[in-house]
Amino acid sequence: MSGVTRWLKSFGAFWYDFVIGDDWQVAAIVVAALGVTALLVHQAGVNAWWLMPLAVFGALAWSLRRATANRPPS
Amino acid sequence: MNALPLILTVFVACAVEAVEALTIVLAAGLTREWRSTFQGMAVALVALAAVVGVLGPTITLLPLGALRLVVGALLAIFGLQWLRKAILRATGHKALHDEASAYLREVAAAKAAGSASRRGWVSDWYAFTLAFKGVLLEGLEVVFIVLTFGANQKNIGAAVIGAAAAVVVVTVVGVAVRAPLSKVPENAMKFAVGIMLTSFGTFWGAEGAGVSWPGNDAALLVLVPVIALVSLGFTLWLRRGGAGAAAGPAPAPAHETEEVPGR
Repeated sequence: MSGVTRWLKSFGAFWYDFVIGDDWQVAAIVVAALGVTALLVHQAGVNAWWLMPLAVFGALAWSLRRATANRPPS
Repeated sequence: MNALPLILTVFVACAVEAVEALTIVLAAGLTREWRSTFQGMAVALVALAAVVGVLGPTITLLPLGALRLVVGALLAIFGLQWLRKAILRATGHKALHDEASAYLREVAAAKAAGSASRRGWVSDWYAFTLAFKGVLLEGLEVVFIVLTFGANQKNIGAAVIGAAAAVVVVTVVGVAVRAPLSKVPENAMKFAVGIMLTSFGTFWGAEGAGVSWPGNDAALLVLVPVIALVSLGFTLWLRRGGAGAAAGPAPAPAHETEEVPGR
Protein backbone atom coordinates (compact mmCIF):
# COMPACT_ATOMS: atom_id res chain seq x y z
CA MET A 1 0.00 0.00 0.00
CA SER A 2 1.45 3.36 -0.97
CA GLY A 3 1.98 6.16 1.52
CA VAL A 4 -0.75 8.27 -0.06
CA THR A 5 -3.31 5.43 0.08
CA ARG A 6 -2.42 4.72 3.70
CA TRP A 7 -2.76 8.40 4.57
CA LEU A 8 -6.12 8.62 2.78
CA LYS A 9 -7.35 5.52 4.63
CA SER A 10 -6.36 6.84 8.04
CA PHE A 11 -7.78 10.29 7.18
CA GLY A 12 -11.09 8.68 6.19
CA ALA A 13 -11.08 6.47 9.30
CA PHE A 14 -10.54 9.51 11.53
CA TRP A 15 -13.52 11.39 10.05
CA TYR A 16 -15.70 8.26 10.12
CA ASP A 17 -14.92 7.85 13.83
CA PHE A 18 -15.36 11.57 14.47
CA VAL A 19 -18.75 11.91 12.77
CA ILE A 20 -20.36 8.46 12.71
CA GLY A 21 -18.81 6.93 15.85
CA ASP A 22 -19.45 3.43 17.16
CA ASP A 23 -22.81 2.66 15.58
CA TRP A 24 -23.39 3.58 11.94
CA GLN A 25 -27.03 2.51 12.16
CA VAL A 26 -27.79 5.52 14.38
CA ALA A 27 -26.50 7.82 11.64
CA ALA A 28 -28.47 5.89 9.00
CA ILE A 29 -31.72 6.19 11.00
CA VAL A 30 -31.25 9.95 11.51
CA VAL A 31 -30.51 10.58 7.81
CA ALA A 32 -33.43 8.38 6.70
CA ALA A 33 -35.81 10.14 9.13
CA LEU A 34 -34.81 13.56 7.81
CA GLY A 35 -35.32 12.34 4.23
CA VAL A 36 -38.80 10.98 5.03
CA THR A 37 -39.66 14.19 6.91
CA ALA A 38 -38.68 16.28 3.87
CA LEU A 39 -40.77 14.03 1.60
CA LEU A 40 -43.82 14.25 3.88
CA VAL A 41 -43.55 18.04 4.12
CA HIS A 42 -42.83 18.84 0.49
CA GLN A 43 -44.65 16.01 -1.36
CA ALA A 44 -47.58 15.11 0.90
CA GLY A 45 -48.05 18.46 2.62
CA VAL A 46 -47.84 16.91 6.11
CA ASN A 47 -46.13 18.98 8.80
CA ALA A 48 -44.30 15.94 10.19
CA TRP A 49 -42.58 17.61 13.18
CA TRP A 50 -43.20 14.47 15.27
CA LEU A 51 -41.15 12.15 13.06
CA MET A 52 -37.62 13.24 14.08
CA PRO A 53 -38.21 12.91 17.86
CA LEU A 54 -39.68 9.42 17.29
CA ALA A 55 -36.72 8.46 15.09
CA VAL A 56 -34.24 9.75 17.68
CA PHE A 57 -35.85 7.71 20.49
CA GLY A 58 -36.02 4.66 18.23
CA ALA A 59 -32.38 5.00 17.16
CA LEU A 60 -31.19 5.33 20.77
CA ALA A 61 -33.27 2.35 21.96
CA TRP A 62 -32.13 0.20 19.04
CA SER A 63 -28.47 1.10 19.52
CA LEU A 64 -28.57 0.47 23.29
CA ARG A 65 -30.32 -2.83 22.74
CA ARG A 66 -27.64 -3.97 20.27
CA ALA A 67 -24.84 -2.83 22.57
CA THR A 68 -26.16 -4.55 25.69
CA ALA A 69 -27.86 -7.73 24.47
CA ASN A 70 -26.04 -10.76 25.90
CA ARG A 71 -23.63 -8.48 27.80
CA PRO A 72 -24.32 -8.31 31.53
CA PRO A 73 -23.23 -5.06 33.23
CA SER A 74 -19.79 -5.26 34.82
CA MET B 1 -33.45 32.81 21.06
CA ASN B 2 -31.67 34.21 24.11
CA ALA B 3 -27.87 33.90 23.93
CA LEU B 4 -27.60 32.43 27.45
CA PRO B 5 -28.72 28.84 26.60
CA LEU B 6 -26.32 28.92 23.63
CA ILE B 7 -23.40 30.08 25.80
CA LEU B 8 -24.17 27.53 28.55
CA THR B 9 -24.53 24.60 26.12
CA VAL B 10 -21.26 25.44 24.38
CA PHE B 11 -19.57 26.03 27.75
CA VAL B 12 -20.45 22.58 29.14
CA ALA B 13 -19.65 20.77 25.88
CA CYS B 14 -16.28 22.51 25.55
CA ALA B 15 -15.42 22.02 29.24
CA VAL B 16 -15.64 18.24 28.75
CA GLU B 17 -13.22 18.47 25.80
CA ALA B 18 -10.91 20.84 27.68
CA VAL B 19 -10.68 18.44 30.65
CA GLU B 20 -9.57 15.66 28.31
CA ALA B 21 -7.03 17.86 26.54
CA LEU B 22 -5.68 19.05 29.90
CA THR B 23 -4.99 15.44 30.96
CA ILE B 24 -2.84 14.89 27.87
CA VAL B 25 -1.02 18.22 28.18
CA LEU B 26 -0.24 17.63 31.88
CA ALA B 27 1.12 14.16 31.11
CA ALA B 28 3.39 15.59 28.38
CA GLY B 29 4.52 18.61 30.38
CA LEU B 30 5.12 17.02 33.76
CA THR B 31 6.90 13.89 32.50
CA ARG B 32 8.73 15.26 29.45
CA GLU B 33 9.28 18.96 29.00
CA TRP B 34 7.05 22.03 29.29
CA ARG B 35 8.63 24.13 26.52
CA SER B 36 7.99 21.55 23.78
CA THR B 37 4.54 20.82 25.24
CA PHE B 38 3.59 24.51 25.00
CA GLN B 39 4.97 24.63 21.45
CA GLY B 40 2.79 21.65 20.47
CA MET B 41 -0.24 23.30 22.10
CA ALA B 42 0.45 26.61 20.37
CA VAL B 43 0.75 25.04 16.90
CA ALA B 44 -2.49 23.09 17.48
CA LEU B 45 -4.30 26.28 18.56
CA VAL B 46 -3.06 28.10 15.45
CA ALA B 47 -4.32 25.20 13.28
CA LEU B 48 -7.72 25.33 15.03
CA ALA B 49 -7.89 29.11 14.61
CA ALA B 50 -7.18 28.63 10.89
CA VAL B 51 -10.04 26.10 10.64
CA VAL B 52 -12.39 28.59 12.34
CA GLY B 53 -11.07 31.43 10.16
CA VAL B 54 -11.72 29.48 6.94
CA LEU B 55 -14.95 27.64 7.85
CA GLY B 56 -16.56 30.33 10.02
CA PRO B 57 -17.26 32.91 7.31
CA THR B 58 -18.03 30.17 4.75
CA ILE B 59 -20.60 28.38 6.89
CA THR B 60 -22.51 31.59 7.62
CA LEU B 61 -22.89 32.19 3.86
CA LEU B 62 -24.88 28.96 3.38
CA PRO B 63 -28.68 29.26 3.03
CA LEU B 64 -30.23 28.79 6.48
CA GLY B 65 -32.47 25.87 5.44
CA ALA B 66 -29.60 23.80 4.00
CA LEU B 67 -27.38 24.73 6.93
CA ARG B 68 -29.98 23.58 9.47
CA LEU B 69 -30.63 20.32 7.61
CA VAL B 70 -26.93 19.34 7.43
CA VAL B 71 -25.93 20.70 10.83
CA GLY B 72 -29.06 19.28 12.46
CA ALA B 73 -28.29 15.81 11.09
CA LEU B 74 -24.67 16.01 12.29
CA LEU B 75 -25.63 17.30 15.74
CA ALA B 76 -28.32 14.63 16.19
CA ILE B 77 -25.85 11.89 15.19
CA PHE B 78 -23.16 13.37 17.46
CA GLY B 79 -25.57 13.84 20.36
CA LEU B 80 -26.96 10.31 20.10
CA GLN B 81 -23.42 8.88 20.17
CA TRP B 82 -22.62 10.91 23.31
CA LEU B 83 -25.92 9.87 24.94
CA ARG B 84 -25.42 6.24 24.02
CA LYS B 85 -21.93 6.17 25.52
CA ALA B 86 -22.99 8.05 28.67
CA ILE B 87 -25.93 5.66 29.24
CA LEU B 88 -23.74 2.59 28.66
CA ARG B 89 -21.21 3.97 31.16
CA ALA B 90 -23.86 4.92 33.72
CA THR B 91 -25.30 1.41 33.61
CA GLY B 92 -21.99 -0.46 33.84
CA HIS B 93 -22.00 -1.72 30.25
CA LYS B 94 -18.89 0.30 29.48
CA ALA B 95 -16.02 1.38 31.69
CA LEU B 96 -16.24 4.96 32.97
CA HIS B 97 -13.78 7.35 31.39
CA ASP B 98 -11.33 7.92 34.23
CA GLU B 99 -9.05 10.96 33.85
CA ALA B 100 -6.71 9.68 36.58
CA SER B 101 -6.08 6.35 34.83
CA ALA B 102 -5.95 8.04 31.40
CA TYR B 103 -3.28 10.33 32.85
CA LEU B 104 -1.28 7.37 34.23
CA ARG B 105 -1.43 5.63 30.83
CA GLU B 106 -0.12 8.74 29.07
CA VAL B 107 2.63 9.20 31.69
CA ALA B 108 3.78 5.57 31.30
CA ALA B 109 3.86 5.93 27.51
CA ALA B 110 5.75 9.25 27.77
CA LYS B 111 8.35 7.75 30.10
CA ALA B 112 8.81 4.69 27.88
CA ALA B 113 9.29 6.80 24.76
CA GLY B 114 13.01 7.38 25.35
CA SER B 115 15.00 10.52 25.92
CA ALA B 116 14.31 13.87 24.30
CA SER B 117 15.64 14.37 20.77
CA ARG B 118 16.34 17.94 19.68
CA ARG B 119 15.73 18.64 16.00
CA GLY B 120 15.15 22.15 14.73
CA TRP B 121 13.30 24.49 17.09
CA VAL B 122 11.70 21.71 19.15
CA SER B 123 13.78 20.12 21.93
CA ASP B 124 11.44 17.16 22.61
CA TRP B 125 9.38 15.96 19.67
CA TYR B 126 7.49 13.37 21.74
CA ALA B 127 6.12 16.05 24.10
CA PHE B 128 5.39 18.34 21.13
CA THR B 129 3.49 15.65 19.20
CA LEU B 130 1.55 14.42 22.26
CA ALA B 131 0.39 17.96 23.14
CA PHE B 132 -0.32 18.84 19.48
CA LYS B 133 -2.47 15.76 18.85
CA GLY B 134 -4.32 16.03 22.16
CA VAL B 135 -5.21 19.70 21.74
CA LEU B 136 -6.02 19.38 18.01
CA LEU B 137 -8.30 16.33 18.36
CA GLU B 138 -10.21 17.64 21.38
CA GLY B 139 -10.22 21.14 19.88
CA LEU B 140 -11.77 19.96 16.61
CA GLU B 141 -14.90 19.00 18.47
CA VAL B 142 -14.96 22.38 20.20
CA VAL B 143 -14.67 24.06 16.78
CA PHE B 144 -17.47 21.88 15.40
CA ILE B 145 -19.79 22.78 18.29
CA VAL B 146 -18.92 26.50 18.17
CA LEU B 147 -19.45 26.75 14.40
CA THR B 148 -22.64 24.68 14.22
CA PHE B 149 -24.37 26.27 17.21
CA GLY B 150 -23.08 29.76 16.44
CA ALA B 151 -23.99 29.67 12.73
CA ASN B 152 -27.47 28.28 13.37
CA GLN B 153 -28.24 30.97 15.94
CA LYS B 154 -26.48 33.62 13.81
CA ASN B 155 -24.40 34.34 16.89
CA ILE B 156 -20.91 32.86 16.54
CA GLY B 157 -19.65 35.47 19.03
CA ALA B 158 -21.79 34.04 21.86
CA ALA B 159 -20.65 30.49 21.03
CA VAL B 160 -17.01 31.64 21.07
CA ILE B 161 -17.57 33.26 24.50
CA GLY B 162 -18.94 29.95 25.88
CA ALA B 163 -16.03 27.96 24.44
CA ALA B 164 -13.35 30.43 25.55
CA ALA B 165 -14.82 30.59 29.07
CA ALA B 166 -14.72 26.78 29.30
CA VAL B 167 -11.09 26.60 28.16
CA VAL B 168 -10.05 29.40 30.56
CA VAL B 169 -11.86 27.87 33.57
CA VAL B 170 -10.44 24.38 32.96
CA THR B 171 -6.93 25.75 32.33
CA VAL B 172 -6.96 27.89 35.50
CA VAL B 173 -8.23 25.00 37.64
CA GLY B 174 -5.73 22.61 36.00
CA VAL B 175 -2.80 24.97 36.65
CA ALA B 176 -3.97 25.46 40.23
CA VAL B 177 -4.23 21.76 41.09
CA ARG B 178 -1.47 20.56 38.69
CA ALA B 179 -3.25 17.24 38.28
CA PRO B 180 -5.86 15.73 35.96
CA LEU B 181 -9.36 16.87 36.89
CA SER B 182 -10.58 13.44 37.96
CA LYS B 183 -13.25 14.89 40.28
CA VAL B 184 -15.17 16.46 37.39
CA PRO B 185 -18.44 14.50 36.89
CA GLU B 186 -17.49 13.81 33.30
CA ASN B 187 -20.14 11.21 32.50
CA ALA B 188 -22.96 13.38 33.89
CA MET B 189 -21.68 16.30 31.80
CA LYS B 190 -21.50 14.11 28.71
CA PHE B 191 -25.06 12.93 29.37
CA ALA B 192 -26.24 16.55 29.61
CA VAL B 193 -24.33 17.58 26.48
CA GLY B 194 -25.69 14.54 24.61
CA ILE B 195 -29.23 15.65 25.49
CA MET B 196 -28.57 19.23 24.30
CA LEU B 197 -26.86 18.17 21.04
CA THR B 198 -29.61 15.65 20.27
CA SER B 199 -32.36 18.19 21.05
CA PHE B 200 -30.88 21.01 18.97
CA GLY B 201 -30.01 18.54 16.18
CA THR B 202 -33.57 17.20 16.12
CA PHE B 203 -35.02 20.71 16.13
CA TRP B 204 -32.79 22.22 13.46
CA GLY B 205 -32.70 19.07 11.29
CA ALA B 206 -36.50 18.91 11.12
CA GLU B 207 -36.70 22.67 10.46
CA GLY B 208 -34.17 22.27 7.66
CA ALA B 209 -36.35 19.50 6.19
CA GLY B 210 -39.24 21.98 6.04
CA VAL B 211 -41.11 21.36 9.30
CA SER B 212 -42.79 24.15 11.28
CA TRP B 213 -42.51 23.29 14.96
CA PRO B 214 -45.59 23.93 17.11
CA GLY B 215 -44.74 27.05 19.13
CA ASN B 216 -41.66 27.75 16.97
CA ASP B 217 -38.52 28.12 19.15
CA ALA B 218 -40.55 27.36 22.29
CA ALA B 219 -40.76 23.75 21.07
CA LEU B 220 -37.18 23.37 22.32
CA LEU B 221 -38.41 23.97 25.86
CA VAL B 222 -40.48 20.79 25.48
CA LEU B 223 -38.02 18.83 23.35
CA VAL B 224 -35.06 19.11 25.77
CA PRO B 225 -36.87 17.79 28.89
CA VAL B 226 -38.64 15.07 26.89
CA ILE B 227 -35.34 13.78 25.45
CA ALA B 228 -33.81 14.00 28.94
CA LEU B 229 -36.68 12.03 30.49
CA VAL B 230 -36.62 9.34 27.78
CA SER B 231 -32.83 9.01 28.16
CA LEU B 232 -33.16 8.70 31.94
CA GLY B 233 -35.87 6.10 31.33
CA PHE B 234 -33.49 4.09 29.12
CA THR B 235 -30.83 4.34 31.86
CA LEU B 236 -33.21 3.00 34.52
CA TRP B 237 -34.38 0.29 32.17
CA LEU B 238 -30.82 -0.90 31.51
CA ARG B 239 -29.95 -0.73 35.22
CA ARG B 240 -32.77 -3.19 35.83
CA GLY B 241 -31.31 -5.53 33.20
CA GLY B 242 -33.72 -4.39 30.47
CA ALA B 243 -32.13 -5.22 27.13
CA GLY B 244 -30.48 -8.47 28.15
CA ALA B 245 -33.67 -9.87 29.62
CA ALA B 246 -36.18 -8.44 27.18
CA ALA B 247 -34.39 -8.45 23.87
CA GLY B 248 -32.98 -11.91 23.45
CA PRO B 249 -29.97 -12.57 21.24
CA ALA B 250 -28.93 -9.70 19.02
CA PRO B 251 -25.64 -8.95 17.33
CA ALA B 252 -23.41 -6.46 19.11
CA PRO B 253 -22.04 -3.59 17.03
CA ALA B 254 -18.98 -4.79 15.17
CA HIS B 255 -17.05 -1.61 15.85
CA GLU B 256 -17.02 -0.47 19.48
CA THR B 257 -14.10 1.79 20.16
CA GLU B 258 -12.60 1.95 23.61
CA GLU B 259 -12.26 5.74 23.60
CA VAL B 260 -12.60 8.10 20.72
CA PRO B 261 -10.92 11.42 21.43
CA GLY B 262 -13.56 13.90 22.24
CA ARG B 263 -16.34 11.49 22.94
